[in-house]
Amino acid sequence: MKKTIISVIGNDTVGITAEVSAVCQKNKVNIIDISQSIMQDLFVMVMMTDVEKMTCTLASFKEQMKTVGEKMGLDIRVMHEDIFNSMHRI
Amino acid sequence: MLNIKDVLETVNMIEQENLDIRTVTMGISLLDCADSDIDASCRKVYEKITRLAKNLVKTGEDIENEYGIPIINKRISVTPIAMLVASSGGDPVKYAKTLQKAADTTGVNFIGGYSALVHKGFSAGDLELINSIPEALSVTNNVCSSVNIGSTKSGINMDAVKIMGEIVKKSAEITANRDSIGAAKLVVFCNAPEDNPFMAGAFHGIGEPDCCVHVGVSGPGAVHSALKKCKGDLGDVAETIKRTAFKITRMGQLVGVEASRRLGVPFGIVDLSLAPTPAVGDSVARILEEMGLEHCGTHGTTAALALLNDAVKKGGVMASSSVGGLSGAFIPVSEDAGMIESAISGDLSLSKLEAMTAVCSVGLDMIAIPGDTPPETISAIIADEAAIGMVNSKTTACRLIPAINKKAGEMLTFGGLLGEAPIMDINLKSSPKEFIYRAGKIPAPMQSLKN
Repeated sequence: MKKTIISVIGNDTVGITAEVSAVCQKNKVNIIDISQSIMQDLFVMVMMTDVEKMTCTLASFKEQMKTVGEKMGLDIRVMHEDIFNSMHRI
Repeated sequence: MLNIKDVLETVNMIEQENLDIRTVTMGISLLDCADSDIDASCRKVYEKITRLAKNLVKTGEDIENEYGIPIINKRISVTPIAMLVASSGGDPVKYAKTLQKAADTTGVNFIGGYSALVHKGFSAGDLELINSIPEALSVTNNVCSSVNIGSTKSGINMDAVKIMGEIVKKSAEITANRDSIGAAKLVVFCNAPEDNPFMAGAFHGIGEPDCCVHVGVSGPGAVHSALKKCKGDLGDVAETIKRTAFKITRMGQLVGVEASRRLGVPFGIVDLSLAPTPAVGDSVARILEEMGLEHCGTHGTTAALALLNDAVKKGGVMASSSVGGLSGAFIPVSEDAGMIESAISGDLSLSKLEAMTAVCSVGLDMIAIPGDTPPETISAIIADEAAIGMVNSKTTACRLIPAINKKAGEMLTFGGLLGEAPIMDINLKSSPKEFIYRAGKIPAPMQSLKN
């Protein structure tokens, strides 16, 4: 399993989870866990995904997410899980 | 599952607070490239660097892409070239051109190690290399040079200090039409670290392995923004800095280990430094001001910097398996928006900067001085700085840029990471010439007798 974190930050609108999930499904990226919240008036969603069987390159996946982000006015980032683990876990 | 707040904090640090990996630097030993024929030696140097660092830039970009953390610079440091000149003889500039060619092929933005270590005296190749520095820096764009003229163990080589004043001046003169950029690529050290990943002072020490990867982290913006939320006393300030430094350094450790795995070479060190850039929100001066100083450079600045430097080390040291390099806060005037502002307003003087270097990790870094400063005055500034390093068992360095044809108060503009510097006023009223011309050695202090 190769875990990647997708973080979505922006104004809350209808269909964010659906749009982001659709890109995951299209590229065979498995969603393991989702949590979301409203923080500092912003919608924040964190998705843990498995990119082991991803059918496209990581660069292309990020590009597709960026397109969704631009369309919906969101900041979407795709980052390796280890960056968060190393920073916040001892 | 990760805490949503933690994820948001990391993303914010990268997006809003300019957190990045400042440099991934590959150290390469060139000792096995030494040959009695300088052309053969240069060939071997080029072959070895381009073979080992072939994938350095690509690996850096891959990690950046996958982990989502920007890696700003990919660089190379090599064995002090004076050691190769010792066996090959010939014109050392040939090595500088070879290093430039290797930098172009590998795509790195700086290559350091056009260096000589002369803290106790000159050996074969040292003087030839030192004398060639101005030319080497003018005919290359990405080659950096450094000379170690003193150490706590051996004292200060004042013969070398005298020469380096002239070399700094000459490096600026020969590149006068390019804002004296030559001098911005030359560092004069006392107690130079052998595993420093930061330019212009990086070289690959002789005690290092054949090849390894070092990482230099950055993050003044992240520390500044954490401090904005801290309203407690200075003990709380120190705690906040420690916590932030820990997080920043963990990132450096992760990238270093991953780069070393992918490149198939040992991991060297993480340099726990707060390295500013001219970008807004990436300034060490602003951290000091956040602690309560109206402007960086006012009374209290040295104390605030001492607190910051210590807290960065304490926070970082547990986050990394191996700490080295310069490790501390950098105060390069031209590369720090807050320092530039304070230098222009007159809050920050050269004397204050000198005092600050006694408690932080580097020295008088990226400081523009009037173009008519005599070489012996430059030597004297170097000697003062080296004395601070020698007595305090720490690294100090001078990267002074005599701004040819310009006077105090004018600006020197390099652009990019090197930024711009107001030319600082220095004491030209009385001359240190006789002191510098005595030359010889300043003996090692009592601190050297630790055995």
